[in-house]
Amino acid sequence: MAERKLLQRDSDDEGSLLSKLGTDSPKPRVKFGGMFCNVEGAYENKTLNFESYNSSPQSVRRHVKIKNEEKCWSDTFSDTGSVSNFSGEGREEGRGESDWGTTDRLIIKGGKIVNDDQSFYADVYVEDGFIKQIGENLLVPGGVKTVDAYGHIVIPGGIDVNTSLQTSQLGMSPSDDFYHGTKAALAGGTTMIIDHVVPEPGASLLGAYDQWKDIADRGSCCDYSLHMDITRWHDGLFEEMESLVKNKGVNSFLIFMAYKDKFQSSDSQMYEMFGIIRDLGAIAQVHAENGDIIDEEQKRLLELGITGPEGHVLCHPEEVETEAVYRAITIAKQANCPLYITKVMSKSAADVIAKARKKGMVVYGEPITASLGTDGSHYWSKNWAKAAAFVMSPPLSPDPSTPDYLNSLLSCGDLQVTASGHSTFSTAQKAVGKDNFTLIPEGTNGIEERLSIVWEKAVATGKMDENEFVAVTSTNAAKLFNLYPRKGRIAVGSDADIVIWNPKETKTISAATHTVEINIFEGMEVRGAPVVVLSQGKIVLEGGKLNVTEGSGRFVPRKAYPDFIYKRIKARSKMADARGVPRGNYDGPVHDVISMTKSVPATPSSRGPQCPGKGPLGPTRNLHQSGFTLSGTQIDDHIPRRSAQRIVAPPGGRSNITSLS
Amino acid sequence: LERGWNRENELPVYLAGTITTGPNQRKSYGMFSSADGAYDSKTVDCDNFAAGRRGTRTPRSVSRDRLLDHTDDDVPETASEASEVRAVGSQVSSPGEREVVRPGVEIEYPAGRQCHSGQKNGKSERLLIKGGRVVNDDLSQYADVYVEDGLIKQVGDNLEVPDDVRVLEVNGGLVIPGGIDVNTCLMKPHLGCPPVDDFYLGSRAALAGGTTMIIDHVTPQPGDSLLEAFERWQESADRKCCCDYSLHVDLPHWHPGVKDELEVLVQEKGINSFQVYMSYKDSLQMTDSQLYEVFSVLKELGAVVMLHAENGDLIAQEQRKVLSLGITGPEGHPLSHPEELEAEAVFRAITIGNRVNCPVYITKVMSKTAADTITLARRRGSVVFGEPITASLATDGSHYWSKNWAKAAAYVTSPPLSPDPTTPEHLHDLLACGDLQVVGSAHCAYSTSQKAIGKDDFTLIPEGTNGIEERMGFVWDKAVATGKMDENQFVAVTSTNAAKIFNLYPRKGRIAVGSDADIVIWDPDRTKTITSKLQQSALEYNIFEGMVCRGGPVVVVTQGRVVYEEGEGLRVQQGSGRFIPRQAFPDYAYQRITTRSKVKGKQGVSRGMYDGPVYDVLATPKYITPSPSAKTSPTSQQPPPIRNLHQSNFSLSGAQFDDNIPRRSGQRIVAPPGGRSNITNLG
Repeated sequence: MAERKLLQRDSDDEGSLLSKLGTDSPKPRVKFGGMFCNVEGAYENKTLNFESYNSSPQSVRRHVKIKNEEKCWSDTFSDTGSVSNFSGEGREEGRGESDWGTTDRLIIKGGKIVNDDQSFYADVYVEDGFIKQIGENLLVPGGVKTVDAYGHIVIPGGIDVNTSLQTSQLGMSPSDDFYHGTKAALAGGTTMIIDHVVPEPGASLLGAYDQWKDIADRGSCCDYSLHMDITRWHDGLFEEMESLVKNKGVNSFLIFMAYKDKFQSSDSQMYEMFGIIRDLGAIAQVHAENGDIIDEEQKRLLELGITGPEGHVLCHPEEVETEAVYRAITIAKQANCPLYITKVMSKSAADVIAKARKKGMVVYGEPITASLGTDGSHYWSKNWAKAAAFVMSPPLSPDPSTPDYLNSLLSCGDLQVTASGHSTFSTAQKAVGKDNFTLIPEGTNGIEERLSIVWEKAVATGKMDENEFVAVTSTNAAKLFNLYPRKGRIAVGSDADIVIWNPKETKTISAATHTVEINIFEGMEVRGAPVVVLSQGKIVLEGGKLNVTEGSGRFVPRKAYPDFIYKRIKARSKMADARGVPRGNYDGPVHDVISMTKSVPATPSSRGPQCPGKGPLGPTRNLHQSGFTLSGTQIDDHIPRRSAQRIVAPPGGRSNITSLS
Repeated sequence: LERGWNRENELPVYLAGTITTGPNQRKSYGMFSSADGAYDSKTVDCDNFAAGRRGTRTPRSVSRDRLLDHTDDDVPETASEASEVRAVGSQVSSPGEREVVRPGVEIEYPAGRQCHSGQKNGKSERLLIKGGRVVNDDLSQYADVYVEDGLIKQVGDNLEVPDDVRVLEVNGGLVIPGGIDVNTCLMKPHLGCPPVDDFYLGSRAALAGGTTMIIDHVTPQPGDSLLEAFERWQESADRKCCCDYSLHVDLPHWHPGVKDELEVLVQEKGINSFQVYMSYKDSLQMTDSQLYEVFSVLKELGAVVMLHAENGDLIAQEQRKVLSLGITGPEGHPLSHPEELEAEAVFRAITIGNRVNCPVYITKVMSKTAADTITLARRRGSVVFGEPITASLATDGSHYWSKNWAKAAAYVTSPPLSPDPTTPEHLHDLLACGDLQVVGSAHCAYSTSQKAIGKDDFTLIPEGTNGIEERMGFVWDKAVATGKMDENQFVAVTSTNAAKIFNLYPRKGRIAVGSDADIVIWDPDRTKTITSKLQQSALEYNIFEGMVCRGGPVVVVTQGRVVYEEGEGLRVQQGSGRFIPRQAFPDYAYQRITTRSKVKGKQGVSRGMYDGPVYDVLATPKYITPSPSAKTSPTSQQPPPIRNLHQSNFSLSGAQFDDNIPRRSGQRIVAPPGGRSNITNLG
């Protein structure tokens, strides 16, 4: 690693090396094993094997050979549609065909390709939305558009795994819908999003999924996928989840530990849910905050007369987040289920994740743009609109050292993925809560600023190298959610979602260029910006101009059992079987239990969503009482009962098995 | 039945007032000498406090009087007023040159065994402990101790004592404050049957091990009245207990009515600690919301919150899973109570405690992870105390896998002993450095036949291990004798810290003028093999069976009377224990809390009114109520989602049929007629 970096630094004095790029003379680097060249056969096991995804047998062995038979590339992609339609829907097939004639062919020349494992200089040839060739002196047809990437780096397009572009709050839709949201994403160098489907509590998951997919298909400008949020338990939930995983390409489910009486799940439910999710081969995500405590604190603060946005952060203190993260990890450990913490907002929560990883838990943490770029001091702004713009859950930590800390953990791999948590509401919408902070719709922007902020805060400051940058903005997400290597890598056969990144460009973030009225990063100067963005092989951003097509985004289904996560889980499932101790039967004396059991009220389903409002006011008779119960005190308790002595020597003598040895 | 320790005497005055702590400079006068004036500020001037009080300071108080009605005829009348032999100010010893004699105890009786008769016919015993090394939590010094009327009257050299006192010559042995065991369950019924060690047997065992005070848990059943349960416990203990005792009350349930009972208990009954359960789903467990409320109420009352910290929801799930695997033996108990669940609950309890700003006391710290969680929280400034117990300090959970069912079952307690054999060492390390504070025993003894109720289902095995007698010995053996801990810290963790946290200090937990004469002469070199044959407890199986323990009591003095002498055994009197009331707001736990409450007031930001545009929220948020017919849960425990009339008005409404049309209503009104007002501008 260090060696490689040294070599890269050498190559940064661009003159001689770069000048040779694109010329006809053969360069030593071209040879396999050269300084910047990939190892021979390096791509063979990393590129997509389409056959495994594709049920139709006609494309057998075609793509695999691309690299070796570069000259016959032209007829290999006769069925492009098959890539995008493995969910088997006719509509997509149709579009695949309609796209056929218009696909861009282009070559990116002179850039430094940066993947999560290595950087090297090479050209990239893109056709039909795929990366067809990587290397020098590529044989390409004539008339191909050339994109100049000299002095820039070529990275896989960003993947934003946490957006809420359709989730309405209090009946208000976010001001950035799929169209505007994905437009902003592309403008910032993100070429794929995974949006959260939030069904109404009690509503059908499949129904919500269809609704979301329908809207996204019409609105999204970049590829997208969907997470499913579990808002309430209902009959048939398990079957719906199974169907989503097996037929609909959803492999991640989010569970809420907050929003009491609304979405919140109890510990028991989480445990069961984690078990189901593990059996399905999916990933459990949690929104980690202790909803019970928040609920109490909200009541208390409103009683104190604090109604402004600062109340939000006061009643969502950082330790409440930390506690929930800790609990979620404990439960996931018990259920042996991989866990993904969305929105890591505070140092202590990040620490808990880091520590758990050190103990071997399969847990991943996702800081978001807001927590990496700014802090929670703005909640105390005198400007209500500004303060309200920062309201989100968990809130930004008022500790100003938080962003630095999270960036450090991100750099060392303790946190893995960056997302945006993008969910925007206009000031007028936020103002619904002007007299009561609990009504302020929650969400901040960040979909567009994400890559730039990570670059500015981590790479430009030297915390992180460019490879790690690619890992946390794209590759790790692709691996976790089983999109790899189709997404998250620049390799032959991968989707042509490519960003040409200028590390030196400086710009100032401002709301003027956005759909939101208040940008929480307003005025922040960032280094690093996308110059050219390719999505599905088409140039969508060039020269500062966006050129997107509404509805051009495809739904990308994700298979269950992502290797990156489940290899360890599977091995542990095999090992972790508990075994009993084979003993003879206990045949000693047994104390008589007086068969008088008192009625015991069931524990009021802690944290469950199903008992909204107040807990039970008094002990009530519970007809579903469990058999385990401590019965009441007896009237003769004061007489010392030495029943043990009475029977320790049963007739026939004591048997072996009970003797104390 | 009107009861209560303060029926006529109100609070003992020394408890009511704080000890005046003058600014005292510590000047060292020699290696082992106490600092000048060290006692002036720490000891209780009992004459000062007891002036004009009748009966309060006598060793036998109300409970003894009550006892007279029932049983013992020859129990003496309450003795004297304040002593005539008044401490003339403690004389500071200067024993740097005193030669250390091999410890050994000689007891001289002034006039032919008068003491015994004296004890019997009601005169309080006068006792001089000579030549001992007095060990308190802050310093050790050579000094004599003179005891009269159940109180320590003088500490120092060359004491002026009457002639007819009994003299204990201890020859350099350690004189330590009697142990305080803050966690016992001597009356906690399981499925209707009480433990085999009741207050009599249990307190006998305590005294034999050097513990002179216990705090027992009152464990009412859900639905029971706390007050009634408290009275039942108090009555039983008054009749049976041989050493001083106090009571914790466990909260089995929570509803507004409980609050009134708590107030009575704290303000009139002398209870300042309450235990709540995060475990035992469907019986004792409380939700986080309830915990938050309980914490808030107890904080107002100035009580210490004790927690049984385990995640009951997950335990219930794990128990089901383990049983479904066909595991029914005692090994199922630790399998279904993994230590992560303990650590998680500890973490959660501390979080809630921090939010409410309330002192939290974790009972039964059984695992390394739980102890580490407490350590970290203390480092961050939380007011939290941790109590490992004899079992977790001396043995580990490997025995759950014993082939002998009876042996394996004897170890069943909750949280269970950790199967990690390095746990005891780790807990002792934390005790020694002060990260854990108190050693309890959680003594709750069920016979093998009682344990056998769960022979086919480990979830029915009554939970509890012994340890009341072995507690002090094992801390000495594992920590002091190995060099982890010094004798002062030993006194702190076995006695003084407990007295401070539960507001018994300095009446208990210290050898000082004015304190109760609960004194133990400790022999560091005594070796004893633990066996159920020689123990006081009625248990057939001792979980420490066969372990060798260095260090033990030679003489135990409680209420000024010698109740145990090595070689002569116990001489206790059933029912001689007094109930010790404890005042609310113990300084040790509450000083920081009170200050934090003052400085940590939350304040809002004063802004002008927001006068910008406000989005119209639909008057009736659409709430899809699913048809009840289809909705029974997959877990079959969930009631169907029903329309909730108490629902909060924060609600994400349903998806609308026109959702696909991008609504840009924000833009519609961002420029209201009249222009935007100042306050919403970004400045």
